Amino acid sequence: MSVSTCPSEANAATPAPGGLDAVDRAIVLATQAGLPLVPDPWSAVGKPLGIAGEEVRQRMQHMQASGIIRRIAAVPNHYRLGYLANGMTVWDVDDAHIDRLGRIVGTLPGVSHCYRRPRHLPEWPYNLFAMLHGQTHADVERQADELRSLLGDACRDHRILYSSRILKKTGLRLAGRSDRQA
Amino acid sequence: MIAERLSRPEPAELDAADRRIINRLQDGLPLVEAPFAAVAAEIDLSEGELLYRLERLRDSGVLSRFGPMYHAERLGGGLTLAALEVPEADFERVTAAVNAFPEVAHNYRREHRLNMWFVLATETPEGIAEAIEAIEAATGLPVFNMPKQEEFHVRLHLPV
Repeated sequence: MSVSTCPSEANAATPAPGGLDAVDRAIVLATQAGLPLVPDPWSAVGKPLGIAGEEVRQRMQHMQASGIIRRIAAVPNHYRLGYLANGMTVWDVDDAHIDRLGRIVGTLPGVSHCYRRPRHLPEWPYNLFAMLHGQTHADVERQADELRSLLGDACRDHRILYSSRILKKTGLRLAGRSDRQA
Repeated sequence: MIAERLSRPEPAELDAADRRIINRLQDGLPLVEAPFAAVAAEIDLSEGELLYRLERLRDSGVLSRFGPMYHAERLGGGLTLAALEVPEADFERVTAAVNAFPEVAHNYRREHRLNMWFVLATETPEGIAEAIEAIEAATGLPVFNMPKQEEFHVRLHLPV
């Protein structure tokens, strides 16, 4: 599917997979940089698109219910909040147990993201990724120790890869004209 | 983007009201008619003060953004995590080459033999393979592609 629809094409009514129509996509493009910080953000988003605020709200509600929007939230800068140690922990977990254990790891409070990913043998034996956040490396290591005991014999090896430099951080952007109205 | 400009920011000074805002709004804005008024009432602030503080937190970079977090794959796009083993002597050149791709959304140096880790986001699922091929051509290095096979959890919440 193309997500390059511009707001000006919102009336084209191109059907799209995933249940998104052209108006939904216009809303996505108009809000991906952020939501206007005003008392009625739905009308502020809708006005340049020629859509009523109530329709924007209902469409975003629908997108959230179907998982297209994870949530509308404040995204903190880890470092500015004092989370100076951010470790990507990677684990070599027995394939027979990874789905059960991955779900448990995902429920731990310090884990922000948890995925199963492919190994690349021999260079990369790790198939479970869990991001951990702390104020110090010791905080992250403590959480990793807990995780290690939880995984038990199903885990053969693990590593903590700290980010030592941010090389680029632009965030995800869909193509298309996204006029920011914040 | 110039890599040197992306040094790590210092921790911010936050007061109690800022903390309530950050903690509450990482959980999500309700999709109701006057959402900021609803949240303000929950955390004992006026709507005006919440909006003023939220804007200040965003503009000073305590929040990198405020808004909907879209699920890239459910929007029909492609998304993957990829890594490179970059020779130290070549690190700056490869950083510039990789960052030049608009499909590269984030790129981090990490301390491992695989020392460069980046997220690729493309308009279509097929775009990932094309971007990887182009990055391999531009850098002369093999890309280790690690797309997610299962998502167990995604929810960044950093209490302050």
